[in-house]
Amino acid sequence: MSTLSSVSIETGRRSYSGFGASVAALARREFRDALSSRWFILFTIAFAVLTIGVSFVSLSGVGSHGFSGFSKTSAGLLNLIMLIVPLMALIAGAGTIAGERERGTLVYLLSQPVSRTEVVLGKYVGLACALCCSLCLGFAVSAAVIAWRAGGVGVAAFSLLIATTCALALAMLAVGLLLSIISRRANVAVGLGLFVWLVAVFASDLGLMAGTVLFRLRVQDVFALAIVNPLQAFKMAVIVGMNASLDVLGPVGAYATQSFGSALPWMLWSVIVLWTVVPLSLGVVLFARKGSI
Amino acid sequence: MIAATGVTKTYGRFRAVDGAAFELSPGESLALWGSNGAGKTTLIRCILGITRFRGSVTINGVDVSRSGKIARSMIGYVPQELAFHDDARVGPSLMFFAGLRRVSSRAASRSLEAVGLAGNEGKRLRDLSGGMKQRLALAVALLSDPPVIVLDEPTSNLDASGRSEVADSLRAQRALGKTMIFASHRPDEVRALASRVLVMERGRVAGDTTPEELWGSGGDPSVMRILVEGDGEEAAAEILRRAGHTVSLNGHGLCVTVEEHRKAAPIESLFRADVRVRDIEFLERTDHSEAGS
Repeated sequence: MSTLSSVSIETGRRSYSGFGASVAALARREFRDALSSRWFILFTIAFAVLTIGVSFVSLSGVGSHGFSGFSKTSAGLLNLIMLIVPLMALIAGAGTIAGERERGTLVYLLSQPVSRTEVVLGKYVGLACALCCSLCLGFAVSAAVIAWRAGGVGVAAFSLLIATTCALALAMLAVGLLLSIISRRANVAVGLGLFVWLVAVFASDLGLMAGTVLFRLRVQDVFALAIVNPLQAFKMAVIVGMNASLDVLGPVGAYATQSFGSALPWMLWSVIVLWTVVPLSLGVVLFARKGSI
Repeated sequence: MIAATGVTKTYGRFRAVDGAAFELSPGESLALWGSNGAGKTTLIRCILGITRFRGSVTINGVDVSRSGKIARSMIGYVPQELAFHDDARVGPSLMFFAGLRRVSSRAASRSLEAVGLAGNEGKRLRDLSGGMKQRLALAVALLSDPPVIVLDEPTSNLDASGRSEVADSLRAQRALGKTMIFASHRPDEVRALASRVLVMERGRVAGDTTPEELWGSGGDPSVMRILVEGDGEEAAAEILRRAGHTVSLNGHGLCVTVEEHRKAAPIESLFRADVRVRDIEFLERTDHSEAGS
């Protein structure tokens, strides 16, 4: 072997330990790919248009102006966010690794000096940045409309809404990524993502209502079951964050406010963070332990 | 430089690679030769450390299973077909891999120049010819000047001119003293690039020889497919091997490598052993994958 090659090897041993640099390189590519993909652009436009629509409707409906109008619009956006954002994040996550596996690009990527952990984290970080940018764009347009119509902005409330929405998106993205890792095919992963979305958005609420009636669940049980769903945790976190009382959610909300008081926001945020950390960690472990591509 | 011992990869009950072992010194060039399903691609994936297997492969003493990232930093990999987004442009694609391999943009330019693709940085991948795509894959493989190049049938999807372009680039790398492992189904390619040939059959190493020993030093050999009556393929293969022919079984008959002016020799050997030949055909250049992929 030539001296030049020997030098390269030694250089390689030193420089290829850079975990962060690989994750950053992978994240940059994922971010660029996401921003240029058609479905992502479509989701971004749909989200922006719908937030504008909801903002207009909310403002005209309540006839509010100024900061109070802004807060009410934020609350009005909740239902839209709970529908659109999980769907967007789940599909983004579900398509990524399974899609690369199907196209044959995953083998080529893994043949580079990167670890499987770096691939998962790089993809997650890149998609997370793209999702957050997309959401922030939608919110920015909405904020501009509200500021123009209502004459002012409740910056704190709206910032909290944006932060909580991004946290929800990151949690759902982690779930989508996990589905992508365990699925052989992209369409299976996306199908599973849609199933999770249906369960989180509709089935869990209906199931909880049915369970409450059938099994005469106690209020604390209903609360515990409700916050297992990241969407419910998100909804409560936004309402609590706007300094509104959870009483609007009925006896369960009243129980939560009375029982947990100032610890409630932390509790709700912890649920969302857990829904991010657990699926992502599981995804990293499963992908690293996979015997084949 | 490269040492493989007892490499075994199973998919369920199927042994894709079964106890493969070889050693390769710096500067040597090893061709993996065998029929479809012989285990060449799986062995390449084991060498790259991207699939879990029993046994061990070390590159310069680095175990690919334990330290895959470091091992892969010493390997440049060229797939059968460049697996990257078709919409991507040459320059940014190369820079993405340069980021993963921690090399400068200047090194990336040098690499592009080395394969004769300088000036094509702005082209989209879909606008490149097959030969240019493979040369780009080679440029990616050479980015960090790795001492080892691993190629999985790099010219199998190319036309004559593409094959010639890639072969020229590979010959240049061989002249620079790179250690090479490549799967190929083209006798001419193996003759031009390999110093050793590892004959693989049904996951096992059936022989470790040289191109000259395998095909003599005459003209370019051809590959003939022989279909025998009944289910005597195994016995027929053994007869042909004893007669000194290179034979592989791929489930669609016997693929026999025959030299110019001695094409009837295998038929004669079978005839003498009372094996009835049902049909023969000479595989076209583009069909040679049946014999050696």
